[in-house]
Amino acid sequence: MTVIQVDGQEYEVESGANLLEALLSAGLDVPYFCWHPAMGSVGACRQCAVVQYANEEDTQGRIIMSCMTPVTDNARFSVATESATGFRESVIENLMLNHPHDCPVCEEGGECHLQDMTVMVGHHDRRYTGKKRTHKNQYLGPLIGHEMNRCITCYRCVRFYQDYAGGSDLSAFSSRDRVYFGRAEDGVLENEFAGNLVDVCPTGVFTDKTLSKHYTRKWDLQSAPTICVGCAQGCNTYTSERYGEVRRVNNRFQKDVNGYFLCDRGRFGAGFVNSSKRIKQAGIRGEDGLYQAVSLVDAIARIRDMIAGSQHVVGIGSARASLESNQALKNLVGEDNYCNGMADIEREMHSVIVDVLKSDIATPGMREVEDYDAILVLGEDITNHAPRLALSVRQATRNRASEMAAETRLALWQDAAVRELAQNSLSPLMIATPTEDRLDDVATLSTRLSPADIARLGFAIADRLRGNPQSGSDAFKATVDAVTQMLTDAKKPLIISGTSTSNPDILRSAANVAAALKESNKDTGVCLCASECNSIGVALLDNQNSLPALLASSPDTVIVLENDLISAMTTALQQQLASIKNLVVLDHLDNATASMSSLILPAATFAEAEGTYVNSEGRAQRSLAVFSPGHLGAASQIDASYHLLDAIAEKTRTSSEVRAEMVAQSPHLEKVISAAPSEDFSVHGSKVARMSHRASGRTAMLADVSVHEPQQPIDADSAMSFSMEGVQQQAPASLRAFTWSPEWNSNQSILKFQETVAGRDRFGESGALLLDKSQPAMVYDSTVQHTGGLIPQHHIFGSEELTCHAEELASLMPQLYIKMNSHAAKQLGVTTTDGLAYQAEAQTLEFQVVIEESIPDDCLVYPLIPQTRCLTGLTDAPLARIDNWEPPAAPVAAQLITTDRAN
Amino acid sequence: MNETPLTRNINPEKGPTDLIAYEANGGYQAVRQSIGKVDPKEVLNTIKESNLRGRGGAGFPTGMKWSFVPDASDSGHRYLVANADEMEPGTFKDRLLMEFDPHQLVEGMILSAYTISADTGYIFIRHEYHAAIKRLREAIQTAEDNNYLGKNIQGSEFSFKLHVHVSAGRYICGEETALLNSLEGKRAIPRAKPPFPQVSGLWGRPTIVNNVETLCNIPHILANGADWFKSLGLGDDAGTKLYGASGRVNKPGCWELPIGTTGREIIEQHAGGMINGYKLRGFLPGGASTDFLIDEHLDLPMDYDSIMKAGSRMGTGTMIILDDKTCPVGMVANLEKFFARESCGFCTPCREGLPWVKELLDAIEAGEGQPGDIETLQRQAQFIGAIGNTHCAHAPGAIEPLTSGLKYFRDDFEAHIKDKKCRYTQEPGQ
Amino acid sequence: MNVAKSNLISALSEGETAEIEAEITHLPDRKSAAIDALKIVQRHRGWISDESLSAIARLLGVSNAELDGIATFYNLIYRQPVGEQVVLFCDSVSCWIMDGDKMCAAVKARLDIDYGETTADNKYTLLPVTCLGACDHAPVMMVGDTLHSDLTTDKVDEVFK
Ligand SMILES: Cc1cc2nc3c(=O)[nH]c(=O)nc-3n(C[C@H](O)[C@H](O)[C@H](O)COP(=O)(O)O)c2cc1C
Ligand code: SF4
Ligand code: FES
Repeated sequence: MTVIQVDGQEYEVESGANLLEALLSAGLDVPYFCWHPAMGSVGACRQCAVVQYANEEDTQGRIIMSCMTPVTDNARFSVATESATGFRESVIENLMLNHPHDCPVCEEGGECHLQDMTVMVGHHDRRYTGKKRTHKNQYLGPLIGHEMNRCITCYRCVRFYQDYAGGSDLSAFSSRDRVYFGRAEDGVLENEFAGNLVDVCPTGVFTDKTLSKHYTRKWDLQSAPTICVGCAQGCNTYTSERYGEVRRVNNRFQKDVNGYFLCDRGRFGAGFVNSSKRIKQAGIRGEDGLYQAVSLVDAIARIRDMIAGSQHVVGIGSARASLESNQALKNLVGEDNYCNGMADIEREMHSVIVDVLKSDIATPGMREVEDYDAILVLGEDITNHAPRLALSVRQATRNRASEMAAETRLALWQDAAVRELAQNSLSPLMIATPTEDRLDDVATLSTRLSPADIARLGFAIADRLRGNPQSGSDAFKATVDAVTQMLTDAKKPLIISGTSTSNPDILRSAANVAAALKESNKDTGVCLCASECNSIGVALLDNQNSLPALLASSPDTVIVLENDLISAMTTALQQQLASIKNLVVLDHLDNATASMSSLILPAATFAEAEGTYVNSEGRAQRSLAVFSPGHLGAASQIDASYHLLDAIAEKTRTSSEVRAEMVAQSPHLEKVISAAPSEDFSVHGSKVARMSHRASGRTAMLADVSVHEPQQPIDADSAMSFSMEGVQQQAPASLRAFTWSPEWNSNQSILKFQETVAGRDRFGESGALLLDKSQPAMVYDSTVQHTGGLIPQHHIFGSEELTCHAEELASLMPQLYIKMNSHAAKQLGVTTTDGLAYQAEAQTLEFQVVIEESIPDDCLVYPLIPQTRCLTGLTDAPLARIDNWEPPAAPVAAQLITTDRAN
Repeated sequence: MNETPLTRNINPEKGPTDLIAYEANGGYQAVRQSIGKVDPKEVLNTIKESNLRGRGGAGFPTGMKWSFVPDASDSGHRYLVANADEMEPGTFKDRLLMEFDPHQLVEGMILSAYTISADTGYIFIRHEYHAAIKRLREAIQTAEDNNYLGKNIQGSEFSFKLHVHVSAGRYICGEETALLNSLEGKRAIPRAKPPFPQVSGLWGRPTIVNNVETLCNIPHILANGADWFKSLGLGDDAGTKLYGASGRVNKPGCWELPIGTTGREIIEQHAGGMINGYKLRGFLPGGASTDFLIDEHLDLPMDYDSIMKAGSRMGTGTMIILDDKTCPVGMVANLEKFFARESCGFCTPCREGLPWVKELLDAIEAGEGQPGDIETLQRQAQFIGAIGNTHCAHAPGAIEPLTSGLKYFRDDFEAHIKDKKCRYTQEPGQ
Repeated sequence: MNVAKSNLISALSEGETAEIEAEITHLPDRKSAAIDALKIVQRHRGWISDESLSAIARLLGVSNAELDGIATFYNLIYRQPVGEQVVLFCDSVSCWIMDGDKMCAAVKARLDIDYGETTADNKYTLLPVTCLGACDHAPVMMVGDTLHSDLTTDKVDEVFK
């Protein structure tokens, strides 16, 4: 620690920090723009100026930029002296010369960092009377808006986009007071993390178009702390609602998980909650095949009758449903009759992941991944399957830069200088995947192999680490040697793999590499990316019962929880399911399984129900309901699945009661309880508010229905209120619905909730790691069992079942293609003008043939999107050539019937 | 007769000095004597002792600058860069050196590179210096052919490759760290210091950037010794200096004189005094980014410290003369237009502040100034002008003629606002 | 995709490509040659069209946005067509003192264009430039590669006759 003097008072601050960080951590308000806690300092905006005195005698001092000044023992500063405040006011005054002053129509208004800073420095009289320059705006795609005139040229956008996220299609153009931030021409921003521009831009240049289309000021949004259901990484989000509609998602800082950034699937994917495909009513399928809307009471009664009349009732859970809902289902049908809904291959893969999570090898979260100095990726398409992790991996490649900086005694927050010093020096990142990878640009070694060969590579590396004799071609052995060398040279090596190629051998090989490496280096880590937002949760809840086996056990009633089984099933299984007498489905959106059901119940999404999800690192995190679907006058039937299932079981329980039961039955899940406080939590007797005190008022909350302040619903499941009543700032992180602090209306206010900048939460972290990691690492048999070259290519937009129903993301989904190298094309007898058709029982899929030479021989790569789910797990598929194939005019939409047709 | 080591080969009438002529006059002698024969540390000591200060404007002691280069502990590249961007308005000295005696710069660079163990050098030269570019390239080729450049120079272990990089414009490229970014093929945005280029410069490697004139002094110091060099200066500073004068003087030009020559001698003797009918109103001692001085400062020696004491900077030593028939407001407006246009656009005070200053000055000059404008100018000057307020020295330099202009010619500013017109009824300078 | 790529590469002549590759040989990476490459292509074609920009970007392995960010920073990289010769008129202080504005007005009148414009016959484009380092012969301008100093109205007429 270092002691500094600020305006005559002593502060103990972190050594090595820059002064701005230190001052903010000490709770002082110093305005800034260009500095960012995750991106360091560059000294562009000059807003963070303070005065530094040379010694005790010096009364004059000189202006310095706090973000560019290291703290040194006994250094003397003033934030409050007039020369400093005057300078800071001038900065705002000058920044605002060309600003359009369009706050009333600007979406950033009310949560604008520029507004906050303007008020903070006390600048209110405009003296400049000249003309303002104007810029042309660009079309940047369906997700992000662009209004360049609001730019204050802090350079944060390009620094995030290019330097931090590795994007190349956004740049700074021109010079002097004409600097422009945009693309070379209009077009969709390419980077998967572009949405963070909305957060990093301190003003309203980059805005969230999905919010714009039904815009509401921040203060009139009702929000809750949620967990992203877009993938298994478990990023923390705030989801916000008004008038019963999800309006936006933004980042919720969680130090160990997502930090300051989200991926675009997570940020823009929640629109599925508002989808026209939402199932809003219970429905019973009549003789004519159409659904009849019924009351919930009737529907429940009918299910009870079905169960009563059944010999054998089976419950199929879901990796995208909460632990609570899965538990309620398990409770309803009995442990032996419940399965977690995973296909066998998924179950096989996740049992490897769970084994590894339980083992004594480190399984770091995304923040910690950034600390590893050599990374081997086996088969996982991180960017498209576990997107936020890719951002962490990218940062990890900068550890070499950190080392070089340390050698030169350069502080890491000196961002531009460190990048300059390091140039292209990167920590080793080795990627073995079947297709080109978005991280190839920072990889030291990228190799394209079939999934089976990736597994072979992994096993061979593990063997090599153990000193076992090697076989294989010289090239193969050379790769094994190179990778092994880099891993053994590292201080902290990390192995990353996952389920994206649907190949359990790869996961086993990754586990073996980690186990072998761990023997010589206890700092070895491993990250295995699970499939869905709660895959690990349900794998821990039950991993014994096999889905096909249960279906084959001749059940007469099957209850399917939030799981579109049909789409992902082989024809044989589909037929089995179709023959079941009573198929009860609980889900949010109409889908193939829902369309086959005898009875359907409208299940709440993550936005309407509390639930616990366990991410890839085994961290249980609670997601809270953002709004109650019932609160819009007409009572909604939508309810949490666990409530609906409990109703069938004639129980009324809160979520924490369901959890208590779960923990009683599965003691290894005990820490699920501590992921967040339960409904009886309060601060000085108050609940926690979902809206801020700045809200327009209760009369505005439901202004579309009534201005007569209808009674707000009570959230029996949580300690939060559906209004602005209750505590706000003192809430623990897991119950914090938004960040706001006096004078800090923007997302920067998070620093007021951190013990030190980017550090621990002052009110308690959220989430809990479930597993005690005491088991010795397993060593798997290294036989490669899964061969075959039909490979799903994940796409950030399209490969996740729910988020691809968000309107804007649907428009960014890929068309059907099948990629192969020219050798494979020759064997299939196709060229790029041809198409290929896959014929299954019910549907035909037509793919465009794309030649990509880097794809390994014998591999056929297709995009994983809703239509192609039926191919998952297939290793081979009969494909027929279509001559002179022409792409369909519009993307093929699944043919589904609507279920909420009342009469 | 004064000694004029830097320009002794220069005679614009005769054209550029070729290798034969250059060698005949003692050229490359220092290279032959030093490279591989004298320990670089010793060379560095000589430069330190010589008290040579950088001729690019800031006057930083060259030997000291070089001594910050870390000992060659790794095998990576180390670079030497000649700053030949010369875009400071009113400055026209480096062009002379490069056009007419290119080998002198080449030799200076070889010796400097040897001292700091640089293996690669760049001459960063502005695009418009076509003749200099051509002659430098030729000189480099000839030097290579004669083993003054390239591998194992003069049979020593030392190798040095020299390239000419022609700029794509922009004054900010002359700022040494912006220059490095530009050499790397990037936008010429200055870098934060520290780290200094000596530690992390071009492509993150140790780098020295020196002005052309600075480098041209090196061969002479090594050939004749530090004491000789010190003896050339009239005051505390050592060596000679290329001084210049432009504006309404009889013989505008550039002369090599002992450093410390007075402004009066330069203007009256060398520049032939003011043109008939014009009186000296003030002058910028060393380029556009220095403070105005007035006739009372004419007898000061033009050396770094004396001019600094008088409230200005010697800068590049090329004076720009304001006469009594040219509007000082117009002159300051012209200067600030230039600085606003040449801002790189990185930091707020410069990017936003200078255009506002320029607008105010244009308005005042056009008779559209408002009461309070002078105060606004002063406030802006204070905001933009102090070292440290901005990311690089461009903006503080830009403000120097404004603050000093307001100090010495305040009447003119006030009269413009009061009379709503420029009182220099004639066009500038007529 | 491969077809598109080869088309774009061929937007540069063999000579241009060879010159750019030669620059790259004394630089640590390809992207460092960005400015050199822009200048080489501009020397051959007068200006940098969007097509040229894309072609250079591909050759150097950078994105269009990155390269255009560099190109638009520098005032001597022309992203719009210019006339056969560019007239760089010094508008800095010494020339201004020596009646530069008047001479500039004479140039504008003679060519019938303003700064930033090109003559109807496509012969000249007029641009302001920072001090040309010939202040002892102010006012000055550069037409193509030739410096014209001590300008008078007669001289202006002579140069553009
Ligand atoms: C805006 C700006 C422009 C500059 N332009 C030049 C220039 O054109 N030539 C030059 O030698 N130095 C220029 N300098 C000074 C350089 O940054 C640097 O100090 C100099 O090249 C160092 O050389 P020296 O130590 O030999 O003087 C400029 C500085 C600034 C702030
Ligand atoms: S002072 Fe001007 S030129 Fe220097 S970094 Fe700031 S904006 Fe760029
Ligand atoms: S925050 Fe320090 S200069 Fe921008």
